Amino acid sequence: MTKITLGKAINAGLRAAMEKDPKVIVMGEDIGKLGGVFRVTEGLQKDFGEDRVIDTPLAESGIIGTAVGLALRGYRPVCEIQFDGFVFPAYDQIINQVAKMHYRSMGKIRMPIVIRIPYGGGIGAVEHHSESPETLFAHVPGLKVISCGDPVDAYWMIQQAITSDDPIVFFEPKRRYHEKAELDESTPPSLPLHKAKVVREGTDATLLCYGPMVKTCLQAAEAAVEDGRNLEVVDLRTIAPFDLATIFASVKKTRRAVVVHEAPYSFGPGSEIAARVTEECFYHLEAPVLRVTGYDTPYPPSRMEDDYLPDLDRVLDGVDRVMGY
Amino acid sequence: MSESVPGPAPEVFAPHEAPVSPPQASEEVEFVQLLTPEGERVEHPDYKFDLDDETIKGFYRDMVLVRRIDSEATALQRQGELGLWASLLGQEAAQIGSGRALNKKDMVFPTYREHGVAFCQGVNPLNLLGLFRGVDQGAWDPKDNNFHLYTIVIGAQTLHATGYAMGQQRDHAIGDAENGEATIAYFGDGASSQGDVNEAFIWASVFNAPVVFFCQNNQWAISEPIDRQTRIPLYQRAAGFGFPGIRVDGNDVLATYAVTQQALKRAREGSGPTLIEAYTYRMGAHTTSDDPTKYRLNEDLEHWKLKDPIERVHAYLSRHAGVDHDFFDEIDAEGDKIAAELRAGCLALPDPVLTDFFQNVYVEETPQLAEQRDQFVAYAASFEGEG
Repeated sequence: MTKITLGKAINAGLRAAMEKDPKVIVMGEDIGKLGGVFRVTEGLQKDFGEDRVIDTPLAESGIIGTAVGLALRGYRPVCEIQFDGFVFPAYDQIINQVAKMHYRSMGKIRMPIVIRIPYGGGIGAVEHHSESPETLFAHVPGLKVISCGDPVDAYWMIQQAITSDDPIVFFEPKRRYHEKAELDESTPPSLPLHKAKVVREGTDATLLCYGPMVKTCLQAAEAAVEDGRNLEVVDLRTIAPFDLATIFASVKKTRRAVVVHEAPYSFGPGSEIAARVTEECFYHLEAPVLRVTGYDTPYPPSRMEDDYLPDLDRVLDGVDRVMGY
Repeated sequence: MSESVPGPAPEVFAPHEAPVSPPQASEEVEFVQLLTPEGERVEHPDYKFDLDDETIKGFYRDMVLVRRIDSEATALQRQGELGLWASLLGQEAAQIGSGRALNKKDMVFPTYREHGVAFCQGVNPLNLLGLFRGVDQGAWDPKDNNFHLYTIVIGAQTLHATGYAMGQQRDHAIGDAENGEATIAYFGDGASSQGDVNEAFIWASVFNAPVVFFCQNNQWAISEPIDRQTRIPLYQRAAGFGFPGIRVDGNDVLATYAVTQQALKRAREGSGPTLIEAYTYRMGAHTTSDDPTKYRLNEDLEHWKLKDPIERVHAYLSRHAGVDHDFFDEIDAEGDKIAAELRAGCLALPDPVLTDFFQNVYVEETPQLAEQRDQFVAYAASFEGEG
């Protein structure tokens, strides 16, 4: 086994998917010779050719709109949106076309499209390069939304997403692209795509997180040990749909929950989790479900992003509050 | 070259001043015409219609039948049986001419007004009504007739068509003008302003995709005239994207057929996209919810009535092809029969059940949605037995 970064794991996953199925094609801006601005598609065009690894014109609606046509023709397009904030020109195609095609055709048309979006902050980028728009997709019937938190999941989840016959928005935690882990490509994935996983078992409270916040929450849980607290950490992995069974089981055990995400506070994934946990775990709860998130401002200039983003201390502050009830 | 005379700098164009040149978009610049409004055949140096009069009789039949289907649908809306209808009145030649130029393997991406093209592709007209009656959002399988579902968001389908054409390329389905495949994307003058249409032009151009962009310039985007969309004739835009554009008399079924066939051949043989601007006129309202008397003159309508796409073929067949009244009467009778069947079929369309629609949101249903469906079923069942 070798250690592999999260970015390279996605690259390996794409490669494996393309080798398995000649209908898988990858398309996006600068993904060919350059290998994408994060090098996630590096080497793919060289090995699979320009017909399957397509450098597109710089127009996101065009990327998704032509992917719809390719899907109608029997292909399985994997579209790269270069940065989170650039997905919005494609929003109409994603919401009105990709998400609804199966429904409006009464199941006759499938849209096996994966939309990869490097997302989230913490890399000192200029505006529109650090956003977390997952709610804007998770709210849309017909779409499925996932995010990986570690390289092993990255490798398997991208392949599982590509084999899904439903359209999937795959949020990649760009600041974790260089995180490393051992990957054994011969061991099949332990979980189906739309399952959460408990990445740290605990008893006192549950941290619910995904994507870039998984590492942050695991660090917070380790730090909390010094305070005598044993925190459970759940990597949600799937946002639409949430794996509610795993969430409920954990919260019923610990009786306290803090949702952590970079996306803004209001109407975010945490809001939905709080509502569902309240409905399902009402008599088990010792405290209301709390949220540690980005603030309800546009993503700030990067010199301030450390204050904006949830970090270890803010997560622990959230834990203090949830334990205080 | 003009003489260089020192002097004051040229005046800067100010927004309140008159434009440098008047808008050209709505003027009748030269177009391809093979049959005049009076029903006379004319020659064009680049485009020929060399099929026999039987074919022209077939076009006539197609146009009369789709106009009859269309008028029945409008009547159904007026009687409350459809929520809405988008009439194709006046655009029969553009749709039948282009639709009949298609080969079996060519793929069509329509807007919501391509009832004539649907007819050519063999889509049951009753299936077109479902969307407008509110019982479904497209009941046909696009694969059955190579006719994609209607697209309501204007212009979005031009990208789908381009992507599909890129798929045809990747499947090596092009390279032969007769046996190859092409894709045709329908859209209107209003949609030509959409980003998606312009992106589709760029994609098709740089990838040399086998797609024909068929723009029915019917002069009106609901209430907005063509000169709110463009200062130049639409077909000329193609030059800026790097592929040919041609304007055809969209009320001339022969010319539309010839021009579309040539563009499709070009696509099938691998020579890339073409933009066809079928210059026509929306004789009816945008949809049954619209009121054109608020924004356009009756005399324009009278002017265009003289260019009716069906009348000119009628005139040609009567005068030059020895076709008698029996032929026309039979087609009218056939139209009435189809309309009656359409009406009966429409009234018999079963009301949909919400339960059935939960299952089509996803291929693999989510537990959350299954739960909601079960709740709905239980809730609905709680009323059973009540009057």
